Amino acid sequence: MVALTAAQHSGRTRRRLRRIANRVAFGLAVFVIVSPAILVFLWMLSLSFKPEIENIAYPPIFIPEHPTLANFARVFEASPFGLYLVNSLIVTGSATLLAIAVGVPAGYGIAKAKAYRLAVLVLIARITPNLSYLIPLFILFQMLGLTGTLWPMVITHLVITVPIVVWVMIGFFETLHPDLEEAALIDGATLWQAFRYIALPLSRPGVVVAAILAFIFSWNNFIFGVVLAGRETRTLPVAVYNVLTFEQISWGPLAAAALLVTLPVLILTVVIQREIVGGLAAGGVKGG
Amino acid sequence: MTTWATLPGSRAGARDSGSFWLRVARVVGAGQRRPYVLFVLPAMAIIAAVIIFPWFFTLFMSVHDWKITQSRTFVGLDNYAQLFGDERFQWALLRTLYYTLLAVLAPLILGTLAALVFHRKFPLRGFLRGVFILPMMATPVAVALVWTMMFHPQLGVLNYLLSLVGIPPQLWVFDPGTVIPSLVLVETWQWTPLVMLIVLGGLASLPTEPYEAAQLDGASAWQTFWRITFPMVLPFLMVAAIIRTIDAVKAFDIIFVISQGGPGTASETLNIFLYLQAFAFYNIGYASAVVVVFFALIIALSLALLYVRQRSKWSP
Repeated sequence: MVALTAAQHSGRTRRRLRRIANRVAFGLAVFVIVSPAILVFLWMLSLSFKPEIENIAYPPIFIPEHPTLANFARVFEASPFGLYLVNSLIVTGSATLLAIAVGVPAGYGIAKAKAYRLAVLVLIARITPNLSYLIPLFILFQMLGLTGTLWPMVITHLVITVPIVVWVMIGFFETLHPDLEEAALIDGATLWQAFRYIALPLSRPGVVVAAILAFIFSWNNFIFGVVLAGRETRTLPVAVYNVLTFEQISWGPLAAAALLVTLPVLILTVVIQREIVGGLAAGGVKGG
Repeated sequence: MTTWATLPGSRAGARDSGSFWLRVARVVGAGQRRPYVLFVLPAMAIIAAVIIFPWFFTLFMSVHDWKITQSRTFVGLDNYAQLFGDERFQWALLRTLYYTLLAVLAPLILGTLAALVFHRKFPLRGFLRGVFILPMMATPVAVALVWTMMFHPQLGVLNYLLSLVGIPPQLWVFDPGTVIPSLVLVETWQWTPLVMLIVLGGLASLPTEPYEAAQLDGASAWQTFWRITFPMVLPFLMVAAIIRTIDAVKAFDIIFVISQGGPGTASETLNIFLYLQAFAFYNIGYASAVVVVFFALIIALSLALLYVRQRSKWSP
């Protein structure tokens, strides 16, 4: 046992202090990076629960002093919000289900046959500006007399959902071990049976992620609705923009409507957060 | 393309016309091992109808003088000629490049910093990472409306926050000089998480040996970053740059909701210009020519970045 000298003592203290300082600086960095992301949503929350007097107060009031649900009631009064919600559910729901129905087998086929030229086609679809689909399809829908129905919306939303599902499923099926299917094929199963009874059940987590991502980006889509939707066929993002802003509604109800539109997406994001971080979304996904 | 769509989706149908469809499959790269054509066919039929058909129809429209509800006449390349002499188009093009430059660089720098932070282990990391990616998934129209309120020159919370640190109030999106940087601020807020995710994936894939060697040699954190981490994540940064470039050039929702291309035409980018030509002025032929040029610009920017990426990979 050697007794510690004063110099060694102070060296140890200095090192400990430096470690604490490092930790505080790192915590500060985390705070600075994360806070803008959450503060905008908290501000949305705050605006939607405050009466108008508090919303236009200066300096701003951050925590509602008299929390109220009046803004949400006003949203339903000022617009047929329920109708738009149903429209959004029909359009996004159908486009997502159709995309799963055709996109999952396609992802399987492309992954198994290594048909990467088809994958590139899907990728090019991802980088084309949305408005470039809209002009020809707009004319086509007019010729077919489909304007005023939800069909143009469902069909154009396939532009978003099909590439997402195909892309995610290619990645998923590539990592799936082929042994079981090959055994089934040797035992005389058809390709379809090998897919339907072996690969598909194993790929359920991938299908769920693909469906949620397709749902989110279809739900968020604005540009198709702005061009194609009529008064009765608006989806929620278009309705929030058109109806609520044009009627010069005040901040509270507008924030409440914005919160209602984006809340389902935020919840779904939290559900598949791990998969998004895991890189499934990193490559081609994102519908804009 | 239309014959694809009309093919019956049954297995028997495929077996009867096997040789032809196998040949099709070979041409498109399928069927090297087994005929998976039928798996791919329904999705390809949809992609042909809603994605490939519009491309060719756009090319067709772009060589016509075509107004909605009026007859069309073939005009050859007149639309393109008119386009390149159109001063409003030229300004839109310049603005798009300015917007894109800012909206690529800012998220790239901040996203890399965020990735370096999230690469370390700390309490609540998973939860905070989940919070951090919310902006890129949230409905753009909804967040754009909230940002519009935050930009308000008199009552907005941003000017209040600036006043706390002694900076005079700004006009944000209401001033032609600051509208594009202000919109880029929203775009950066929204898409920094995507860059973070890509770079984080890159950091996770790096080998540990160079770091151990650097530690033995007594390298500082700064040296370790610039000499080891940065060169190794550069390919991922280039992927992020390509994705960001494509998305920034195409930006629409945020600009349309917050500034509608204004004040005046100060934030009228190509996509907004295109929207106005097609759906406000109904110049379908002219707008189609804009689409073709726009698409060519996106392809050119992506290829340029892809080229830089290959170069950066080959260099030692």
